[in-house]
Order: sequence, then C-alpha cells, then structure tokens
Amino acid sequence: MSSEGLAIPMRAKAEGYPWQLWRTQLLTILRLELKRNFFKLRGFWIYLLAFAPAVIIAAHAATSRGRCTLEEDTTILAGIFELFYLRLGIFFGCMGIFTRLFRGEVIEKSLHYYFLAPVRRELLVLGKFLAGVIAAIFFFGSGVLLSFIFMNGHFGQAGRQYVFAGPGMGQLGSYLLVTVLACIGYGSLFLLMGILFRNPVVPAVIILLWESINNVLPAMLKKLSIIFYLLPLCPVEVPAEGLGTLFTVVADPVPIYVAIPGLLCLSALTLFYAARKIRSMEISYGTD
Amino acid sequence: MAYAANQSILFDNVSKFYGDVLGVNRISLAIGPGVTSLVGPNGSGKTTLMNLMTGLIWPTKGSVRVLGLTAQDPERFFRLVGYCTQFDSFARGVTGREFIYDSLRLHGLTHKEAADRTQESLERVNMTEAADRKVAAYSKGMRQRVRLAQSICHHPKVLVLDEPLNGLDPMARAESMALFSALGKDGMHVIISSHILHEVDRISDQVILLNSGYVVAEGQIQGVRDEVKEHPMQIMLRCSHPGLMAAKLFAQDHIMEAKLHDDGRGMLIRTRDAGRFYSQLHEIVLEGEIDLEAVAPADDDVNSVYQYLIGSEGATV
Repeated sequence: MSSEGLAIPMRAKAEGYPWQLWRTQLLTILRLELKRNFFKLRGFWIYLLAFAPAVIIAAHAATSRGRCTLEEDTTILAGIFELFYLRLGIFFGCMGIFTRLFRGEVIEKSLHYYFLAPVRRELLVLGKFLAGVIAAIFFFGSGVLLSFIFMNGHFGQAGRQYVFAGPGMGQLGSYLLVTVLACIGYGSLFLLMGILFRNPVVPAVIILLWESINNVLPAMLKKLSIIFYLLPLCPVEVPAEGLGTLFTVVADPVPIYVAIPGLLCLSALTLFYAARKIRSMEISYGTD
Repeated sequence: MAYAANQSILFDNVSKFYGDVLGVNRISLAIGPGVTSLVGPNGSGKTTLMNLMTGLIWPTKGSVRVLGLTAQDPERFFRLVGYCTQFDSFARGVTGREFIYDSLRLHGLTHKEAADRTQESLERVNMTEAADRKVAAYSKGMRQRVRLAQSICHHPKVLVLDEPLNGLDPMARAESMALFSALGKDGMHVIISSHILHEVDRISDQVILLNSGYVVAEGQIQGVRDEVKEHPMQIMLRCSHPGLMAAKLFAQDHIMEAKLHDDGRGMLIRTRDAGRFYSQLHEIVLEGEIDLEAVAPADDDVNSVYQYLIGSEGATV
C-alpha cells in the first residue's frame, strides 16, 4: 500500500473554489440520505400524514355523488390544506424528516463517518437539507396533488372544466407552491432544532404554539414565523368564525412578491445559522 | 525528537474538558512517522487524544495540527487522515462494500476509482467474500475489519486506530499487527491505542503513556524506561557459574539484587544503571571464567514501564 494521500481532485484556492468536488460530494450525500433515511417502513407515520387526507377525500368522492357542490368541495379542500396540511401534516412531517437528519445519526452513532470525510460541514448541512426537502416535497406534494384530483375528479365534466378552463389549475399550482415553500421553511427550522437540541420535541411544541398564535403577535415578530408567509399564498379563502380565524386568517398579509422571498430569506438565514453551529459540533455520543 | 511541523502531529498545550470533567490536560506532544502507541487505563484520555487529533472534538485550550493542517480544513485534512474509531455502528442496511465505496465517493472519486479502491482495501483486510453482505450480519471482528478497511481505503498518511484489535481472532489480530507495522515502516504515522500491551509493544516505535488525562511518559520504549530512574531495571542472565557471576557483579554499587534461577543456570539481576551493568558484564565475560549463554532485559516492555509509572491500577493485559 502506498502511504501517499489521494490525488486531490480540487484546484488550489487561489485558482477558485473546488466546485467539481463539491458537486460530487453533494450528489453523494443526497444519494446516501435518500437511500438510508427515506422510503423506509419506519417513516410510515409520515406517509400517513401525507396521504390520509387523499384517502379520506377519495372515500368522500366515491360516496357523495350529487350530494355536494364544486364550490363546497373547493372550500373544504382549502380548509383541509390550511388546517391540516399546513398546520399539522407538513409541520409534523417535516419535524420527523428534518430533526432526524442529524439527531438520528447521533442516536445511531454514525455521524462521525461524515465528520471524518473530506467534506465541509456546511456542505453536509446543505446536502442533508436538500435530501429532506426532496423527500418532504415528494410525500406532501403527492398527497396534495392526489387530494386535489380526487376532490375535483368526481364532478366529471364540471370538474374538468373547473380545472382546465377555470381557476382550478391555478389553485393547484398555488397549493403545490405553498407545499414546497412550507417544506423548505419548516425543514430548515427543524434541521436547526435537530442540531441544537438533544430532544427536538420540546422546541417543536414551542414552534407549533408560536405558529398558532402568529395572528396575535406584534407586526415585527410575525415576520419570524413560517405560516405568516404561507397563508397569503393560499388560493382559496376559508370562511371561518371565532377561534377558526386564528388559524386561517392572516392579519396584515404580505403581498406575494414579499411572501416568497421573505420565506426563502428566513430559511436561508436559518440554514446559515445551522451551518455555523455544525462547524463547532462535537461527536460525544456518550452524552447524547 | 524534533520533527518539522508539516511532518508531525503536534499537540501544543492542549486541554479538553467535558464540562467540569477533565479529558486531557496540558498535553504537548510531537508525534513523528512510525507506529506510536497510546497506552493507559480506561478514562486515561486515549480516545480523547485521538478525537482531538481528528477533529471529532475541539480542544478547550491549545491547538492540534496534523502534518501542518487542522480539521477546520476538512478537504485537505481528511485526505491525509484515516480514523478507525471505537464506535461499532454503521448506517442502517449498508453492506461492507457500500460502506467503503460511499466513503470514497465523498472523497470525490469517480465510480470506477472508488470501486477499485474499495476492492483493494477489502483485500487488505481479507473481507472480500463477505463484502456484499449487510454489515448488520457481520461478527464483531468482521465489523472491526471493515472499519479498518474504510480508514485506510484512501491511502492516508496518518492512520489513527482506537483499540483496533478488539474483537479480532488471533489470526486477524496477527495480520492486522503486521499491516500496522508495514504501514509504519512505509513512513505513515500510525497511532494505536490498545490494552493488549505486549502486542503493541512489539510493533511500536514509540509509546505515550497516559493516566488521568496527563501524559506520564513518552518516547521510545527504551527511552521511557530510562526515565524511570527510581525503578531498577531487571535483566535476565543465563550462564555457567551464576553464583560466581553474582559475586563479581555485586562488586559494583549499582547492582541491587540477584536472584538465582532454580535450575542453577542463570539469574535475575536488578540494577540502577543498565549502561554500567553491560560494561561490567562485558569485562567479566572477557575474563573467560564464566560462559554467558543469554542476556535479555526482563522488564523492558511497555507493560512493565506502564506498571512502574502508573501503578497496579493500570491496564488489563
């Protein structure tokens, strides 16, 4: 065996950054994370969160022909999306997916393999985050898409007309956009929680409360919330009274051109902080 | 021995505390190429020292540099460093081959390069037959070997091995020792911690003795032994007329004790000054009255040095 190190496939810093190496490493991390952590039986409860509404809507579609209107079902779908998917499904699904990315490896005592590889820890954060986002978008995007298809599909020609010649397709696009943004926003937040806390459940509950009372927070604090940027993007208004308004109505909503960059900035800042924290993280499985 | 900074592992006044608990304290070391053994009882700081070396933990005070680099520059650092930890854990569902291959892909190698080097390292540890089985189905010794293969697969210049012989059968143990020794002779820095002192002793170029987070002694085995001035060295002699030999030896004040062997063909000498003893022995032999059959240090190994320095609570042998 030669004792020489590997020929380093990267240029000296003076010549620029080693983009080729980073690309290879990023793709490897993505492949490993998707293979190891997702599409496994232990994620059953996440699949349930993602697809349970679609199953219920499919059952509704099969049994309620003629007993409901397109307008009613459109509103019900909006309610399911805002109250279930955004407030619970995607929230807890992202909690399950993203807190596991680092904390799960600490529990399984396998994180040191990444830390002993010639990979920048910031790149590791990015790779794991992207893998989590891909998985979360796949699950919840599919769930939302199926829910939409089942909800409109049972209206036959009227449903097709609504989707392809009416506002339906735009609504679907908005639902999917909000789903993607929610996965990015909550994903970055829970990834950070997984790095900062040994037991991320307690901070997750605090975040859930924070997101729930967003409507009554001062204007400045509202901006430090994911739901604040998501609700204004939802395409259908959900009629609500009393306590329901707390979860479906945004006071002082921001316009779309602020909401999307705002949420992406918030997520980028969260990831940046996570990358800073991971640089000083130590492997001490015995104390975790 | 002084080493150039970019050719050695340097600990500069390094301390590590886990909260209020001391890991290691005020460690200053320069470790050169060859095989270096870290010896000490459980909790003495061996793993802490290795984790500091490889950036798994950061020093509370001081600095650690390996061949002039730190783990803050992982892209360069981990091309030169391989670490076989004590953690007997793997990602779920991975096979031995995938475990090594994935590691090499993270080094930026192409599929073919990674596959070739994976095969090469599996062959080095005799794990080719079991390579495509899940690691979860491996025995402890096989898991140890596949982790060893992963730590050498990228041809590092510094190889850190935390208790690498644990769980290995005698054959695999002998093969591993031969591998470490060969790597050390190749100019690699091989750092080994082990409780199996007599085996470490045989292949070590130098030893670092640790106790309660402090370096008790360091250097070549012989040099460390010489540091223990208050403890006399034991030397075994096999010769004709051991009684006469003992009488001649006792003429010098550095000889403390002579125990004759039961078979009347030798003795065990305790001396404060090995150098003077060997000179005197040479003169006695030249006189021609006594035939000397064999002479050998009786306690010049890591274990006895360790016992002297740390006491009876030392490592298990």
